[in-house]
Amino acid sequence: MFKSFLGGIHPHDGKDLAKDKAIEAMPPPEEVVIPLSQHIGAPCSPTVKVGDTVKRGQVIGTSEAFMHADIHASISGKVVKIDSLPHSGRITAPAIVIKNDGEDAWADGLPLSRNWESMDSEEILEAIRSAGIVGMGGATFPAHIKLKPQKQVDILIVNGAECEPYLTADYRLMLEEPERIVTGAQIMQKLLGVKTAYIGVEDNKPEAVTALQRAASDSHIEVVALPTKYPQGAEKMLIYALTGREVPTGGLPMDVGCVVQNAGTVAAIADAVEQGLPLTERITTVSGDAVQNPKNLRVRIGTRYRDVLDYCGGFAETPAKILAGGPMMGFAQYDLDVPVMKGSSGILALTKKLTEHGRERACIRCGRCVQGCPMGLIPSMLSILSERGDYTAARDDYGLMNCIECGSCTFVCPAKRNIVQYVRLAKGEIRAQMARDKAKAASKEAKK
Amino acid sequence: MTGDTKFTISSSPHIRDGETIDHIMWQVNLALAPAAIFAVCWFGLPALINMITGIVAAVAAEYLWQKAMGKPITAFDGSAFITGLLLAMSMSPLLPPYMVAIGSVIAIVVAKESMGGLGFNVFNPAHIGRAALMVSWPIAMTTWSSMQDFSGGVDAVTGATPLGILKLEGYEALVNTFGGQSAMYESLFLGTRNGSLGETSTVLLLLGGIYLIWRGYVNYLVPTLMIVTVAILTWVCGPSGLFTGDPLFHVMAGGLMLGAFFMATDMVTIPMTVKGQVIFAVGAGAITVLIRLVGGYPEGVCYSILLMNALTPLIDRVTKPRIFGSGEGK
Ligand code: SF4
Ligand code: SF4
Repeated sequence: MFKSFLGGIHPHDGKDLAKDKAIEAMPPPEEVVIPLSQHIGAPCSPTVKVGDTVKRGQVIGTSEAFMHADIHASISGKVVKIDSLPHSGRITAPAIVIKNDGEDAWADGLPLSRNWESMDSEEILEAIRSAGIVGMGGATFPAHIKLKPQKQVDILIVNGAECEPYLTADYRLMLEEPERIVTGAQIMQKLLGVKTAYIGVEDNKPEAVTALQRAASDSHIEVVALPTKYPQGAEKMLIYALTGREVPTGGLPMDVGCVVQNAGTVAAIADAVEQGLPLTERITTVSGDAVQNPKNLRVRIGTRYRDVLDYCGGFAETPAKILAGGPMMGFAQYDLDVPVMKGSSGILALTKKLTEHGRERACIRCGRCVQGCPMGLIPSMLSILSERGDYTAARDDYGLMNCIECGSCTFVCPAKRNIVQYVRLAKGEIRAQMARDKAKAASKEAKK
Repeated sequence: MTGDTKFTISSSPHIRDGETIDHIMWQVNLALAPAAIFAVCWFGLPALINMITGIVAAVAAEYLWQKAMGKPITAFDGSAFITGLLLAMSMSPLLPPYMVAIGSVIAIVVAKESMGGLGFNVFNPAHIGRAALMVSWPIAMTTWSSMQDFSGGVDAVTGATPLGILKLEGYEALVNTFGGQSAMYESLFLGTRNGSLGETSTVLLLLGGIYLIWRGYVNYLVPTLMIVTVAILTWVCGPSGLFTGDPLFHVMAGGLMLGAFFMATDMVTIPMTVKGQVIFAVGAGAITVLIRLVGGYPEGVCYSILLMNALTPLIDRVTKPRIFGSGEGK
C-alpha cells in the first residue's frame, strides 16, 4: 500500500500554461555561457583556454575532487572568454563562453551505439560519470556518486512527481519519450542490482502515467500514480509515499535502502550509456504569466535566459520576478544573462500580481503552517526564534535542521511571514557557529 | 522582447495563497453577524448601541495606541472589531454603554496592544475586558433584562438568566419559568430568552460556527469537544445523582455556544497543534461545568477559556508533532 505523508499543500499549479506544449528543440544560440560549477561539490577547473576550438560533448572542465561532475561543451565553436559571470545559484561564478561556429559538430566518435545489456556495472558507471550527469530536478547531486551507494539498497525510485507549480518539463518528457526513462531505469536497476523499481508520478498527470505504463510493460518497473500534493516530489516525501520508509534526520535515501533519481536525469543516463552522450542539453519549462509563449524547450546548457525568453516571444507583461526553477523552491534572478544549467528545471517570469504578498506581520498562531509542514515541524516557532536570534533553541527544541525548505509553511501563512528565509538565516548562523567552534578546537589542539 | 527590466530578488517561495489576516478576521465577524442581528431584534436598541460602542471603542483604542507608539496601523484588520463585538455580545444588554467602552479599551490596551499586539496576546482580549468589568461593576454586569416586551407569551423569566435561576432556585423552578421542558428547549434553541446579548440564539451561533468550520477557519474538534464535554459532565453529574442532569439545557444555556464557537477557537490564544486543541477544548468544557455546578458563579465559560489560555504555552510545548524521520514512536 502506498502512503500519504502528513501535511502538504495544494497551490494553484499553473501547469495549464505549458502542459500541452510539445517539447520543442531551441536552435543553439550564438553564444553559450557554461558555468564551471553546475553541481553539488567542487567547482571544475577549465581544461581549455581562450582561443581553443571545441566540439559538442568535449570535456571543458573537470576537477581532482571526488565530488564533482565534468563539464562539457554544448555546442561546437571557439572559446572566447573564461571569466566570472552571472550564475543562477550564486551571484557570479567562473564560466566558459563559447562562440557558436554553426557546425554543431559532435566530438569525435559521438554518438556511439551500444547495447547496455552487454555492458558490465563498471562500464555503465563510467559512462554515467564521464557524461557529467547530475540530479536534473534541481538538486544537482552527481549521478555517478549517488549510483555507487555506500550502503545496501533494494529500491530504485524515479521521481516523476514534478510537484512544483508551472513546471511541465518532466511531464512532457514522460509523455513523449517514456522509453528513455524506462531504459534509464533498467540500466540503473542492473547497476544497483535492485529488483524493485518505481516511477512515482502525481495523479494530476494521468497521460504520463499511461505512457510510462505502456513503455514499462515488459520491464520490472512499477509506475505509481501518487496523490497530487506539494511537496510530493521532495525526496523524503516520495520515498515515504512509495515505501513507507522514513529517511532519518540528517540521513540520506540510501540509509533506508533507496536511490532516487529525477525523470530527466534517468533519461540522460540512458543517452549516456547507450550513445555515450554527455549532458549538453536538457528539457526546461519556460512559463509564467509574464511570458508571451510558454514552452517546453530542449535547450543547450549555457543558453542565456535572455535568449530563451526571446525565443518564447519575450514578455507579455512586465515581470516582477525571474525564477530559476519552480515558484516554491526556485531562485529569484537579478540578471537575464544567467545561463541554463544542468539543474535548470524551469525558467519562470511572474508578474507582480503573483509575487507581491503584502506586508509581513506578527504570527497570529493560526497553525496553518503546522498543518502544512510535511516534516512535522512548527514553522511559526522556527521563524519566531530565528527572528529573535535564538538559533540554538530553533535547532535543539524545534528541529530546525530537519526543514527541507519546501516553502509550504510560507505559502499558507496569512501573516505573510517569510518563514523559509528565517530558516535559512538560522541554518546559516548555526553552520557558521559550528565552523567557528571547529576552528577554535583545531587551534587549541595545535597549541597543545 | 525582454529588454532591461529590474527584477525583485527574495527568498522562495515566490508565490503565496491569497489568505490574509484581514480576510480571516472579517470572516469571523461575518459569522457573528446572524447572532448579532438577532440580538438587536430580541433586545432592541440597547443591544445595537452596546455593540456599536464596543466596536468603535476597540478600533479607536487600537488605532490611537498604534499611532502613539509609532507602530504600523492594523486597527482596521477586523480583529479589534471582533474584540469589541464579542465583548458586547458577551455582556448584558442593559450594561451602560460607557462601561462597554471601558471594557473595550481595557481589552485592547491591556490584553492586546501592551502585550505586543495581535499574535502576542496570551488571553482572549474580549474575555479580559469582560473579566475586568465583572470585578469593577459586579452588579451592573449581572443585571439582566426582562423579555416581556418582545416575547409576548413568555413573561415569567424576568431579571435573571436561565443559568442564574438554576443556580438559585433549582431545576424544577427553571422548567416552570418556561412553562415546560419543551418550551424551555425551544426558547433556548431560538434565543428567545434572557442572557448576554449575543449568546442567546443557539441556532444562529451554530450557523455562524458551521460557516467557519466549512471555510476552514475553525477546527471542528474544538467547539465539538468543548460542547460534548459539557454535555457529558452535566448529564453524569446531575442534581439528583449520577446520570440525572439535563445536558441539552446546559449546552444551549449561558455563553457556551458563543464561547465554544467564537472564543475557544480564537487562534491566537489556543494551542496550534490539533492534539493541543483537543486538550484545550476538553479542558475548557470541564472547567465550565466545574464552575457552573460547583463554583460560585452561574456561568463559567469565560473563566474556563481564560484558564485554558494560560495553559496554552504549556500545552503547545507538550504536544509538539513528531518530526518526520526522528525515529520516535511512529
Ligand atoms: S519549509 Fe521547512 S518548516 Fe516550512 S513546511 Fe517546509 S519543511 Fe516545514
Ligand atoms: S501560518 Fe503564519 S500566522 Fe499562522 S501560525 Fe504559522 S507563522 Fe503564524
